[in-house]
Amino acid sequence: MDGNLNALTTVFTEFYYWVTVVFMFLIHVGFCMYEVGASRHRNHMHTLMKNIMIIPLVTVTFFFFGWWIYWAFPSFPFFGGLNHDAGAANLPWSQNMGTNLSDRITGVFWAAFLLFSWTAASIVSGAVIERIRSSALWLHAVMIGSVFWIIDAAWGWHAEGWMVKYLGYHDAYASGVIHAIAGGYALGVIMVLGPRIGKFAADGTPRDIPPHNPWMLTIGIFLIYSGFWGFYAACNIPVISPEGIGGLLTGETWTATNIYLAPTSLSAITFNFLMSLSGGLMAAYVVSKGDAFWTFSGGLAGIITASAGNDLYHPIQAMLVGAVGVVIVYKLHYWVERTFKIDDAVGAVAVHGYSGIVGLILAGFLLWGAPSSPYEGYATVNPVGQTIGAVIMFFVLGFLPAFVISKIQAAMGVLRIPVEVELQGLDYAEHHAYEDAKAAIIEADKAALDGGSVPAE
Amino acid sequence: MSTIGYDSWAVDLAEVGAVYPFQGSEGLMVVLGVIFWIGWHRIQFVREGAHLEKAKRIGDRDKINSLLEKY
Repeated sequence: MDGNLNALTTVFTEFYYWVTVVFMFLIHVGFCMYEVGASRHRNHMHTLMKNIMIIPLVTVTFFFFGWWIYWAFPSFPFFGGLNHDAGAANLPWSQNMGTNLSDRITGVFWAAFLLFSWTAASIVSGAVIERIRSSALWLHAVMIGSVFWIIDAAWGWHAEGWMVKYLGYHDAYASGVIHAIAGGYALGVIMVLGPRIGKFAADGTPRDIPPHNPWMLTIGIFLIYSGFWGFYAACNIPVISPEGIGGLLTGETWTATNIYLAPTSLSAITFNFLMSLSGGLMAAYVVSKGDAFWTFSGGLAGIITASAGNDLYHPIQAMLVGAVGVVIVYKLHYWVERTFKIDDAVGAVAVHGYSGIVGLILAGFLLWGAPSSPYEGYATVNPVGQTIGAVIMFFVLGFLPAFVISKIQAAMGVLRIPVEVELQGLDYAEHHAYEDAKAAIIEADKAALDGGSVPAE
Repeated sequence: MSTIGYDSWAVDLAEVGAVYPFQGSEGLMVVLGVIFWIGWHRIQFVREGAHLEKAKRIGDRDKINSLLEKY
């Protein structure tokens, strides 16, 4: 760090990303609460454990290879080879991947991306509750968290990604690169996994499986909203000079940028986050006829739909995009459920996947002709590029690998829990151990009260 | 042509102001936004009225008593 201005900028950036990581932790807390609230009493602990263990498994694999993929894959394999130079600094044995006083950014930047990885895996986790084997889900968590989403990030969420260069792909706050892919991935898994017992009547009519604890769901989704602020901030570079960007920008005015290094501001995304949240909530309330959980999820879907263009939209545009997206997503969810007998336990495919797709396509029209990058020679934003991008995110990198891996797991008999266990509940054995322990300690306490010997402490 | 007024970032940011799409249509956007807002109130008001009208006739005395006991 040469000079105090550089030092200040570096330390500010380091602290900025660190704060976003702490905020984003709330997303995972929220997902855990939502999943446990949505599951039935007999499955609580397994549901929670299934999601919690995403944290270490995705973290270590993202350290070992996920982070390297982001830097090595921007052109690979269609428009060039692996970028070994950029990748080398981000390999697990690189000195940048550790305490290093000449690199204060890699750790916090890695962590910001990692929290996105947890989110992607956690979205899938919600859709499959109460019938997937934990071992199967944890493999999927690693695949989407440390492989497939980070490939899409290298392609479409990187200043040099081929989708940005050649398609004009624009997805500033990850409608596609996190939400569409995770929704598509979840759909691929649940199509093979099948519905929970009792979800569909004999004639195929879907049944509602109500959450055991609505308040837990409510707090869970509000925590996800809170964490989403950190997610938005983490998608920006907080402050950089035109010289630091090194593109076409002239003058000496420093700016915040999106991940593509194109200018935006925290003020812009604050406007748009709140207005798209509001548009989503209002539209979801109307379309779901006041259903509490669809209304709350609609707030999230509103933000997700507007996210692709929320660095540039006007707040009213963000509100209307959020509202339109939610109506489409809600209708699509029930159509898919009825037609294909899909049991998406928490509406993850709809809220994340369909919202992401709709958001990408709408951004293609609303931002048509806008520069996708500050560098020369990049395609501008356009509806065709955004639609192709949506297909790549949802189908090619999301649905397809999930479907293939799930098919293999199903063929090996390691995807779904046995019917007997599904009926008695995943926590059955633990519940019995708990009840036995309770009975034993009550008996011991009563014996002590009746003048018997005091148990050893 | 670009909806945001710029088709390249070859600009000096000191000279750039608004960059949202369809600048100059702010009035129209506000009108659309207000229609959405007022429309929401109208739909919600009508639906709530219909719901309350229906709800006041479906209560079962025993169930209501039990709900009152539950506080």
